[in-house]
Parts: sequence; C-alpha cells; structure tokens
Amino acid sequence: MIGATEERVRDLTPVADADLERMLRIRYFERALLRLFERGQLNGTTHTCLGQEHVPVAVTGLLDPEDFVFSNHRGHGHFLARYDEPHALLAEIMGREGALCNGVGGSQHIFHERFLSTGVQGESLPVAVGVALRLKRTAPGRLACAYIGDGTWGEGSVYEALNMAQLWRAPLLVVVEHNRIAQSTPTTVQMAGTVAGRAAAFGVLHHRVDAVDVNVIRAELAPLLARARSESRPVVAEIAVHRLGPHSKGDDTRTSEELREAAEHDWHPRYAAAFPEQFARLEEEQRAFVERVVDDVMIRPLSAWERP
Amino acid sequence: MRVAEHLNEALHTLLAADPSVHVLGEDITDPYGGAFKITKGLSTRFGDRVVSTPLSEGGIVGVGAGLALAGDRAIVEIMFGDFAALAFDQLLNFASKSTAMYGRQVPIPLIVRCPTGGRRGYGPTHSQSPQKHFIGMPGLALYELSPFHDAHALLTDMFARQAPCVLFEDKVLYTRRICRDGVVDDLFRFELTGGWARVYADGDLPPDCVIIAPGGLADRALEAMRELLIEHEITCVLLVPGRLYPLEVAPVLDLLRSAGTVCVAEDGTAGGTWGAEVARLLHPALWDTLSGPIRLVSGADSVIPTAPHLEREVIVQADTIRKAVLA
Repeated sequence: MIGATEERVRDLTPVADADLERMLRIRYFERALLRLFERGQLNGTTHTCLGQEHVPVAVTGLLDPEDFVFSNHRGHGHFLARYDEPHALLAEIMGREGALCNGVGGSQHIFHERFLSTGVQGESLPVAVGVALRLKRTAPGRLACAYIGDGTWGEGSVYEALNMAQLWRAPLLVVVEHNRIAQSTPTTVQMAGTVAGRAAAFGVLHHRVDAVDVNVIRAELAPLLARARSESRPVVAEIAVHRLGPHSKGDDTRTSEELREAAEHDWHPRYAAAFPEQFARLEEEQRAFVERVVDDVMIRPLSAWERP
Repeated sequence: MRVAEHLNEALHTLLAADPSVHVLGEDITDPYGGAFKITKGLSTRFGDRVVSTPLSEGGIVGVGAGLALAGDRAIVEIMFGDFAALAFDQLLNFASKSTAMYGRQVPIPLIVRCPTGGRRGYGPTHSQSPQKHFIGMPGLALYELSPFHDAHALLTDMFARQAPCVLFEDKVLYTRRICRDGVVDDLFRFELTGGWARVYADGDLPPDCVIIAPGGLADRALEAMRELLIEHEITCVLLVPGRLYPLEVAPVLDLLRSAGTVCVAEDGTAGGTWGAEVARLLHPALWDTLSGPIRLVSGADSVIPTAPHLEREVIVQADTIRKAVLA
C-alpha cells in the first residue's frame, strides 16, 4: 500500500452533464493516446492523467477566463478541462496541422491563450508568482493557478516561490494533485512531513480534499479561491488522487495490490454505478467523439514550423 | 563619471521612461542600493517597481520571467555573477526556451544583470566570470558592459530583443571612468560602429594586431596596447563588442582582414571559452589574411584564490595579453 490516506466513503452528489462529459472526454483522450502508442503511432513520450481527470474539471469550474493556468508534464486533463479543443491538443501531440504549438512543444510544452505547460518540475511556480503579481496590479481578483504533483515538492523552487508569493501577496493558487507516487517512487519514500506542514511554514493557506466527487471538490475549494482573489494571497489546494495508469507508458512497477487499490479509488466506476443512465449516455458520446477526433487528426498533414 | 554611476543613471532613465519596467534583486533597495550601488535611488524614486528579494536567485529570475511573460519588462540583479548558477534552470529551460518552444515567438523581455570578475579579493565563489557557461543557449543573448558603450543604449537594445538577455558587468570596471566623445586617454581614441567599440592609438595607423575583448578586459587590454606601442612599436586596435553572443562579426571583418594577428582575451577560465567561439567564427573568414592561428587569452584552468598574490597568477593581466601578442 502506498500512503496511508483512506478516502472517506460517501455517496456522490448529482453531477452536471458538462462535468461528467469533460471527465469522460479526458479519460477517453488519454486512453486513445496509450492505444496510439501501443500501435507505434505516437512519437516520444506522454504522461496520462488517468484517475485524476476529475481534479482539473473541478478546478476549472472555479477559474475565470482571465486567470492564468500553469500546467506540468501531466497536463492533458488540465488543458482539456479548460478548452474545448481536443483536436488541437492531439494535433500538437502528433505533430499535425492545427497543432497548438506547431508540434514544437508536444505533450508537455503547451502555450495557448492563458494556459502554459512546461516540463521541468517546480520551474513554473516562480514564473506563476511573476504572472500573479502582474495580475494583481492589472486585473485585481484574477489569479495564477499552477498544477503540481506531490513529487514536485522535492524542488527548491517550490519553496522560493511560496515564500515570495506570501511575502508579496501574490494571488496564486497551487493545485497539488497528490497521487501518492512520484514516477515510481512512493511519496512516503520521497517526502518528509506533509504538504500541509510545508504550506503552514510559510503562513500559506492550505486545504486538503479527499474526495472524487467533483461537486464536493469544487465546494471545498471555492472559499479558498475566494480568499486568494479577495485577499490577494497564495493558497495551496491539495487533492488526494490515485494515479490509475503508468507514469508515462508501460513503466508501472507497482504491485497488483497497489494497482488494485488505485483502481478502487477511481472516480469512473463510482460514477458509472451512481448514475448509470447519464453515465452510459455521456460515455458513449465521448467515446465516439474522441474516436472521431483521433481519426480526424491522424489523416492531417504534418505540422510546419518556421524556426526563429 | 564612473561606470557604476553611469549604469545607475541608465536604469533611472529606463524606469522613468517606461512604467512597465520592474527591478528585482537582493538588497537592491535604498538605503543600501545594491551590493555595488548600481540600483541606488531607484526604490526611493520608483517605489514598489523596485523590490529587494529573498536570497532566491532561481526564484527571482523565474518571477522576472513571469512578469515579462505577462506583459511587463523585468530586470533581475544577481548580486554576484557566480550565483547565476542558481538561476541556470530558469534561464536555460524556461526563459530562453519559452521564446520559441511554443511554436511561435513569445516575447519575454527580461534582463539578468551579473557583476563578474576578480581583482577584488573576494575569492573562488565571488570572483568568477561565468559568461562561457551561458553561450549557445537558443534564445539567450549575452551582453557585457564596457567603458565605451552607452549603458542605456545597451539596456534598450536588450529589451528590444523581446527575449531574455544576460548583462555581465565587471566589478572593477564599475570603478573606472566612462569614455565619451571618442576619447579614451592621452594616447587612445575610440569610435562605436555596428555595436562594436573600436579603440585605436591617436593617428589611426593600420594595426599589426587586433585584440578582441569584452568590456571588462578593456583596462588591461589598453595597458598592454600602450606598452606594445611604446616599447615594441607594435600597433594594436582593440575591438569590444557590446553583445558577446550571438556575436555579429560582419561590422569588423574588414578591419580584422587588415591585421595579420588577432588575439581574443577574456576573463573566464580556460576550456570551452568565449574566445574559442569567436575564433570559430573568424577563422574561416580570415584564413587567407591571418599570419597564424587566432591567439586566445583566458583565465587559468583554476579556482580563483583569495590572496592577491595568488589571484594575480590565475587572472588575466595586461602582461598576459602583451605576451600573447608578442608570442
């Protein structure tokens, strides 16, 4: 068993079509990527967010279009939750026409409107502080949101950023998708203390959510975001999740027991059981939709890039 | 006017003219005004656009990049250039890369200022000239302050690139007089052409040798040139580029072709040097006119000792340059 967090069992609250649809879209998108890899139709690497889809869907519901989002290596869900542009993301990952960044960035380097992902752990946090300070000045009430993982807390830049954000009152939302494993290393082996304790050391507000219910996550985080906006201060939202799939592809060294535990905490079967008709309808829609996205992007010509 | 005051004045002008310019750095606000007083008066005049930061070089370069990404212009002072190592990731993997890796040009107007060089007895971790470690990062341009170049023009040029730049500033140069109106001293004159300062002995005779050096070497190069002229009747011209990388050699090629000997001097340690990069650019263009290989002068392959008699042994002196020209 990895970690000691036991999720509170509770009934799921009724879910909006839009939320469930987006969670399912991300799930099918990520599955499609792994399938394409297996067939040798994808190049390089990718990090899927299987099991974590509900987090960006919940968080995005609390974001304003003017908020600036920083994402990381496991960022497809962050993007797809915010933008209705799966074609453009897949084209980016596959290096096809219509790609978000002409195929230069690929899976983990996306810059689109107010969304930027980059591939070095912890690097985005100081940058997010800079963006947050600008927003504080030019668009009060808006914030910079940075998704990181539990493994990211090994990076010194995280602490430099939290310190500056608190000192300078930067409206910064740090979303920690705590999936209890950093690539292959259990968090219990790579992190002393807790995320809460580390945030507390800087006087930064912290709230941990231990639920897969998208409404519950949103309701629990709403007051935290409201304070980040109205008081212009950094906050850390830690959400307990289970990474269902491998770190990238075919590199999962967890035991079958550990994988079973992760699967038990997956939102997918729980939503399927709780709302069978709604789920079946939306799942079929999204499955077919993502299939069409793949078919469409696959036949596009290669992307072109004019090198500076 | 000293170079330090001149740079300070340039920063004042820049901040006064453009409200989007922000300055971050350790101990840069008044009354301290920075370890080398380059930011003196800025915080008093421009308030919270000038921020003294925690000791977090990586963090503050990241914040500067964030400000620049979001629409501001940022200048980050690294107290000692040695500490720029702590910001290497932000420069290599974020600021410079992000101008291109998203498939289109993303403006990131960011200047990172680094006081460099020895001759102050600060020892191995406060005396380095780390320019060479930043050469060849796509999207990152390197500049160096000189007594000849106008600091405000350099800063304006850097921001106009809309991409991150590092400005190296020799610590001893801070204390030197700036040269203006084409006059260096009783013997030497200078002119600025295509981003380069050309420094020549009065009379402007065709040179036997051209010395190429960043601004921090100017005092030692001039001392060597004076001796070479007076003691050995060898006429040298000194070329100082404002921008070290990428280096634009076209404006000085004709002059270089007119001299048989070319010597490149720099303060960094030996091995993988800026001079080697300059020679790489120049050799094909000068192959027919050179009397021999371009001569490279750099610091020793050594840590920089603290005691002055030991430090002198590893840091480029006027005599090191003189000997290289005579060799």
